[in-house]
Amino acid sequence: MRGVHDRGGLPDDTPINREEHELMDWERRVDAMHAVLGSKGLRSTDQMRRVIESIPKDEYEQMTYYERWAFALETLVTENELLSTAEIDKKMAELMSE
Amino acid sequence: MSNEQQVNHGDHDSESEIQPSYYASRAKAIEALLVQKGVMTTNEINSEVNAMDSKSPADGAKIVALAWLDDSFKTKLLANASEALEEIGYKLPDETPYLKVVENSEDIHHVVVCTLCSCYPRMLLGRPPDWYKSLAYRSRVVVSPREVMEEFGLRLSDDIEVRVLDSTADLRYMVIPRRPLGTDGFDQESLAALVTRDSMIGVSDPLSAHF
Amino acid sequence: MDRFNIGDSVAVRIDSPRGHYRTPIYIQGKTGIIESICGRFKNPERLAYGYDGYPLKTLYTVEFLQKDLWPDYKGNIADKLLIDIYEHWLNSINEG
Repeated sequence: MRGVHDRGGLPDDTPINREEHELMDWERRVDAMHAVLGSKGLRSTDQMRRVIESIPKDEYEQMTYYERWAFALETLVTENELLSTAEIDKKMAELMSE
Repeated sequence: MSNEQQVNHGDHDSESEIQPSYYASRAKAIEALLVQKGVMTTNEINSEVNAMDSKSPADGAKIVALAWLDDSFKTKLLANASEALEEIGYKLPDETPYLKVVENSEDIHHVVVCTLCSCYPRMLLGRPPDWYKSLAYRSRVVVSPREVMEEFGLRLSDDIEVRVLDSTADLRYMVIPRRPLGTDGFDQESLAALVTRDSMIGVSDPLSAHF
Repeated sequence: MDRFNIGDSVAVRIDSPRGHYRTPIYIQGKTGIIESICGRFKNPERLAYGYDGYPLKTLYTVEFLQKDLWPDYKGNIADKLLIDIYEHWLNSINEG
């Protein structure tokens, strides 16, 4: 069975979109948090890939690259019990009301 | 998985640039908590951001230019890239995947992809371009490499052998493109100015010497 | 000892085990040639679940002819695809 991430040879007529976007700050920081966790032995690239591969197909295809990375970040830090989903919910509400 | 439902909260409206997106807010909250709990420091995150920001295709271009000028360096680079780079004082970060360098010639043309995710020689070229990570590139370049390269403006003659490198495991690939004609006597700096990021991925040739 | 040598013909295993693996479906079941031996690396299938990745697996660059991968391939008949595959995904096609 083909995984959602396994794209090689899928029928696709879409021209390659060569437009590039300037990375947003949060995207850079998600990238960096993955690297820092990795350097502390709290995350491996294959763990991140495993999480990204578990995203349902429709979502996978709609999400931007760093949205997938952010989703993986949250899943891994909650899996490792570094943080809980409830804590993240609460902190997000706090930050948004600031 | 408990987090699956969160995927559906994603805001994909094109208007989302005005409001910070769901994932941006989520990431901010995670960062605040990781720092608050002492898992990592803001400094550690900043220095990682800066380390990645400081890498750019200019590093790869200098190395390609040197390989064009110095055959013995090129031979070493093709055989063992990290050792060859260390000899010229360019230390790849620790814990990075193996870098493998391949060379385009008049008979063989390499082009790199990662069909499963986005493996890329970040340690040398920085973060990959958006198109490299796109679903279209990942699905198409393995089956129609010549057609994809034509979209980038590279029309290869039929008698050139195309080699697609699908970097799905522990190796990261960088291409030494063909040295442009009319560059005899060019020094490293003027050669490096012709080496584009895309030519080191293999989807295009370097710039021409007479632009 | 590595199980394969450069130049050996190999067939990629057809499998979709539960969990994480690095062998794309388009290459499964296809026959190619060992182009180089990359070394021994941690097993991504174990790393993905937080294990240490041991025992290490030998990784090979395997070379395939594009015309053997895609029925309607357009291009030079010598065009190739090279991909890095871990040893446990490869079968010798000369073995009995």
